[in-house]
Amino acid sequence: MLHYLKQEAEKARKTASPVILENVSRRSVVGGLLAASGFVLAVRIPEASAREPLTPYPTGGADMPHGYGSASNPKVYVAIKPDGAVTIIAHRAEMGTGVRTSLPMVIADEMEADWSRVSIEQAVGDEPLYGNQDTDGSRSMRHYIQPMRECGAAMRQMLEQAAAAKWGIDASRARAKAHKVVQLDDAGNETGEAFGFGDLAEDAMALPVPARETLLFKTPEEFNYMRKGETKITDLHDITTGKAIYGADIRLPGMKYAVMIRPAVLGEKLKSFDGAAALKVPGVEAVHEIEGFHEAPRKFAPLGGVAVVANSTFAALQGRDALTVEWEPSADHAGYNTDAFFEEMSETSKKPGKVIRNQGDVDAAFANAKTVFSEEYRCQHLNQAAMEPLVAVARVADGKCEVWAPVQSPYGAREDLAKALELPIENVTVHVTLLGGGFGRKSKWDFMVEAALISRKIGGAPVLLQWTREDDMHHSFYHTVSVERIEMAFDDAGKVTGFRHRTVAPSIVSTFAPDSGYQFNIEYGMGFVNTPFEVPNVRCENGQAFAHTRIGWLRSVSNIPRAFAVQSAVAEAAHLIGRDHRDFLLELIGSDRILDLKALGYPDDFWHYGDPYESFPVDTARLKHVINLATEKAGWGKELPKGQGLGLAAHLSWHNYVATVVHVDVKEDGTITVPRAVTAMDCGFYVNPERIRSQVEGAAVMGMSHALWSGITFKNGAVEQSNFADFEIARMSNFPQVVDVLLVEPQPGRNAAGVGEPGLPPFAPALANGVFAATGKRLRAMPMGEKVA
Amino acid sequence: MATFTVNGESRSFDGDPGTPLLWYLRDEAGLTGTKYGCGQGLCGACTIHVDGEAVRACITTVEMADGKAVTTIEGLHPEGEHPVQKAWRELSVPQCGFCQAGQIMQAAALLAENQAPSDDEITQEMSGNLCRCGCYQRIHAAVRLAAGGV
Repeated sequence: MLHYLKQEAEKARKTASPVILENVSRRSVVGGLLAASGFVLAVRIPEASAREPLTPYPTGGADMPHGYGSASNPKVYVAIKPDGAVTIIAHRAEMGTGVRTSLPMVIADEMEADWSRVSIEQAVGDEPLYGNQDTDGSRSMRHYIQPMRECGAAMRQMLEQAAAAKWGIDASRARAKAHKVVQLDDAGNETGEAFGFGDLAEDAMALPVPARETLLFKTPEEFNYMRKGETKITDLHDITTGKAIYGADIRLPGMKYAVMIRPAVLGEKLKSFDGAAALKVPGVEAVHEIEGFHEAPRKFAPLGGVAVVANSTFAALQGRDALTVEWEPSADHAGYNTDAFFEEMSETSKKPGKVIRNQGDVDAAFANAKTVFSEEYRCQHLNQAAMEPLVAVARVADGKCEVWAPVQSPYGAREDLAKALELPIENVTVHVTLLGGGFGRKSKWDFMVEAALISRKIGGAPVLLQWTREDDMHHSFYHTVSVERIEMAFDDAGKVTGFRHRTVAPSIVSTFAPDSGYQFNIEYGMGFVNTPFEVPNVRCENGQAFAHTRIGWLRSVSNIPRAFAVQSAVAEAAHLIGRDHRDFLLELIGSDRILDLKALGYPDDFWHYGDPYESFPVDTARLKHVINLATEKAGWGKELPKGQGLGLAAHLSWHNYVATVVHVDVKEDGTITVPRAVTAMDCGFYVNPERIRSQVEGAAVMGMSHALWSGITFKNGAVEQSNFADFEIARMSNFPQVVDVLLVEPQPGRNAAGVGEPGLPPFAPALANGVFAATGKRLRAMPMGEKVA
Repeated sequence: MATFTVNGESRSFDGDPGTPLLWYLRDEAGLTGTKYGCGQGLCGACTIHVDGEAVRACITTVEMADGKAVTTIEGLHPEGEHPVQKAWRELSVPQCGFCQAGQIMQAAALLAENQAPSDDEITQEMSGNLCRCGCYQRIHAAVRLAAGGV
């Protein structure tokens, strides 16, 4: 695919230049200005083709399961009714990022559709058709802007061709504009003749889809919706009126309601249960064992347990309370206590680990150092804790399975449903509802398989399986628990000559493969091996830690502990040697350069968010730029009242350069408050700046939650938290009051980065650094607590 | 048997009087705009009005609503044009949107009682409504905007 795209780029450059050389003596377009000069060759960009070929750049989208499918094909993604109503497919899941608006908007803009006449249809899980649908990894815009623009441009050109054919003129004289195709005369002026999109739909759709190399794209100046940030999300009215449909809002005739009880400790198996009392609860109709999958790796298989099926959710809940269940203990995980585990990880972090990146001679740098800095930073397990608990509706009857769910990965779910039910995949349909938040948990479809198994057990009636908040807290795929140790060696001049980073954390890979205790390249690529500091001697080591719960991913994943550790350590080290934190950070990043990964000792299998490095090279100037922007806006260096301070952190993730300054105000009783935060972001090309701002505002709130309150702890193998009373998240009583977002204007060649996650990692370390600036107290463990002692 | 109105319509329920209004509204009345978030009155996603007062439907039983008027997000305004709803759209408050019905109902109850709340009063009244996407800055601004009359 990569090769293919490069060939296409070359062809596009050769065959589709928008620049027309012409003899102005025969034409009058620039007549007045150049008339006196006689025969001149002038360059004219005719209005009808102020459009340009784009040089495609390869992304990892092609390497995702099922690649791009038919994502650039308007016959798959666009439908136009005779009345002109346009329907555009949204193939990624909407969980609050705005993607259900932003991606279809790319097609609409490129095809010159009027957004007010566009409706969005959510795709079922069908990756061979639509392209990959895993809505995570900040991939939707990053990987789909190009195919969506191609899709829209192809549709526009088909409409123009259809109109030209009707008029019997060359297609260059037909121009799509605001839901119509208008006719142009030889001089490029509108003649007044026009067809609406609806009039052309049938003819246009009968045309072959233009080859990619013949496509012309709108220039940014021509965008109607992209980059403007003026388009409201498509579900806004429904959301504000209670009509929006989330997972639990599906209603089917004869639908039952179910809840389940599952083992509290990973590896516990159902020994016996007594459902007699449950069956006496009015409304309870059935009690069934649901088989679990007990061999590691468990992947996304259900944990197993007992399901109570009733005619209402409340009856099912009461039935569950009446169950008597006995579990066989878990030999491997019943001893999991996070307090003790931290101490083990801390010990591991003090010893050499598996070397993942090595550059220069770190041992010599530390042996010859004048000063050495060494600290460890801890992060608790986290739960994604979306406001919408897990829920799925399933109907398994007549050899077919249909599931409705708030799921980030509808096709992966479909494949697993087919396997679990032993049905051919074409007999399985997965409908994607709106997601009441996802944050990575809804990439895992265990809850959907459970719902399907329950429907089958009860003979095929549709069933809504509701996870309670407690279920959600107790049976997640948790963000890992971690110790990151950062060490720096300083020479006599106060220069950092050695940088050592040891990471110790159970790996996500343990959910998918036998647990080696080591992490894998995706985790290493998230702010571990790729800290972009200009230091001659660098070593990154990974110490072993084995998983005792299901480890999954949560918005920004390993970037959370890495940014917290590295960016806290930099501030600490600056203080240690008496330097200004910002100056020291900029100095560590060093000269303006594109990183040469080989020279820096990066591992051969370095993971660059799944994308080719050449499409998203690391540019230190961009990172320094956002640091300067954020600190200037926040008034870095200004005098602040007692108890207040500014904290800075900068982190690159998903090719997005982010710097955050948090203004911390520690109240007299020690309560940490944040009157203001400033985030500067350089995400390259962007489509919907208004939704990017909302993502950054939200990341600040979530970042504060992680930094101060939220943590999942285990005791004897079981999660100790149950609900929002003990897994606390930010409330309006204490959140970042003002979040200023500075978005760097896109520049050519700076391709669209991910934006859903990158706002999150720098917030917690910026907050911790702000607390230090305000109080002199250094907090090195998340969650740090709301009050400074 | 409990008798009450929901969005102006008379209703009665002869099931378990201890049934939380949340499950009555969602599973019996088919009004799914009221969301389940925690079941313990900790998150506010299920906020509705009972006789004009904001309550958590997950911990308010059908029995407690006997003889009272229940209003859900679906009944806040027939066309969805309540000043709070308009302010919410004006400022593009929601991200995932799941908590927003509860937020809007809480804000509407606040403004019905106090037409010009101070910033602190808004904060205090809205602090029981969680938003994991983190829309608080815009929620606060939208309540202020709605108070000004949209």
